[in-house]
Amino acid sequence: MDILNMMMGQGVVSTLADQLHNLFMLLFDNAVVAGFLMKCVGIGAILGIISVAAIVFTYGERKVCAFMQVRIGPNRVGGRFGLLQPIADMLKLMSKEDIIPQGCDRVVWALGPMLLFVPTALIYAFFPFDNGVALADVNVGIFLMLAISSQAVLPFLISGYASNSKYAFIGGMRTVAQMLSYEAPMVFSLLGVVMLSGSMRMSDIVNAQSEQLWFILMQPIAFVVFVISATAETNRVPFDLVEGEAEIVAGPFAEYSGMRWALFFLAEYANLLSVSILTTVFFLGGWNGPFLPGVVWFGLKVLAMVFVFMWFRWTFPRTRIDQMLAFSWKILLPLALVNVLFTGVGIYARQWM
Amino acid sequence: MEVIDIVPPILKNNVIVVKVDQLFKWAHANSIWPLSSGLACCAIEMMSCAAARFDLSRFGYEVFRPCPRQADLLIVAGTLTWKMTPPLVRLYEEMPEPKYVIAMGSCAIGGGPFADSYSVVPGIHEVLPVDVYIPGCPPRPEALIDGMLKLREKIMHPERVEEDRKARLMEA
Repeated sequence: MDILNMMMGQGVVSTLADQLHNLFMLLFDNAVVAGFLMKCVGIGAILGIISVAAIVFTYGERKVCAFMQVRIGPNRVGGRFGLLQPIADMLKLMSKEDIIPQGCDRVVWALGPMLLFVPTALIYAFFPFDNGVALADVNVGIFLMLAISSQAVLPFLISGYASNSKYAFIGGMRTVAQMLSYEAPMVFSLLGVVMLSGSMRMSDIVNAQSEQLWFILMQPIAFVVFVISATAETNRVPFDLVEGEAEIVAGPFAEYSGMRWALFFLAEYANLLSVSILTTVFFLGGWNGPFLPGVVWFGLKVLAMVFVFMWFRWTFPRTRIDQMLAFSWKILLPLALVNVLFTGVGIYARQWM
Repeated sequence: MEVIDIVPPILKNNVIVVKVDQLFKWAHANSIWPLSSGLACCAIEMMSCAAARFDLSRFGYEVFRPCPRQADLLIVAGTLTWKMTPPLVRLYEEMPEPKYVIAMGSCAIGGGPFADSYSVVPGIHEVLPVDVYIPGCPPRPEALIDGMLKLREKIMHPERVEEDRKARLMEA
């Protein structure tokens, strides 16, 4: 019963973290060293989450795809459920030949995939995984998250440019057009959430949802706009114009082979996880939920959102580039602005009631 | 002495010992990503092979990559004309090692009904190193799956293929 109370009261993860911190204090007897070590453990945990997620999601995506298309999916490699399939893929990608195309800008070309991973992993620092479990719960969390994640445009552009290939260059420019134009509705849809919760700190937003309703009920339009623009931000179908294989082969990835391409792949799945976490935090009440510990609820909601994004991927056909941009500027952005207006009016009216 | 002999007997049932070479062979054999390229009607069978009824993804081979840089296997599905040969060979050359070629259908094996034509390549072995031949006009999807499993066996156990070839030479 003690353990149960502890888990319900403080959360599993923060209890574990406290224990670890006590251990470090015992070993080193120095608050600075212990704090530093705790940060290192946190960073390691986040990188671990990202890598495991990439492996699990590649497998998951193939199974979900198979489920959508009335197929079976991987079931031969590694037992009945094909669980070793992603491992085989990863080992294969690691041992493939590393082709550096002639005439490419070598340094920039090699930096592209690595740089892409930096903003992708950096925004994980602000995510509240459980009550009080965040690497850096800063008071401008949303602002920083948006600022950093918009940097992910540049690596796409430079890897497209440095490849010295027409398709890669067109792909890189498309990425810029797409990600910049979907940033705007995304920001405005989050504005409604910030107005309701009155804070840009992510844990405050989750707490506001435990006091009021979940924001998916109070801000349904913002939720729809956010999910659509998040799909576009992660370059997934129906907005995977970046690597639209029918038109531009593989876009900015066209010249990358083996492990370099796998880094792009890793970043894509890390992005998928991060937008699912963001949707959970902003609209689905974060770690809030009855009976189970917070981090379990958080994980369940995130996985449900990941499934929704995969669902999108295997049910919608790819849009055209002009349709996609028109959809962003002519429909999503006005919708998000109207949502901001009505949220403001609602908050004002409630003060007078 | 093999590595397995060093492992203490108490651990024999719980530890998997493989050579790095074997591990990579296993990985290559179980994750063959074909290039999504088709030349003629055999490509239709190739597509249906990946669809619901035959489901190539059971073996993990359904990841058709549009870009040769990320593909492992070139399935030459259909009639190869001399006009098309330079682009196809270029695609093959753009693929990173280790790479494999499957000749699918009569046309790719020996020119098929167009064997006497001035414009058709009489068998793609004239221009590409072929690993597996799949006969048929067109081969059924099961045949393609069987061909890919043969390729899998070839990657995992290259020595068996060599023994086979020697035995056949001795017979002839």
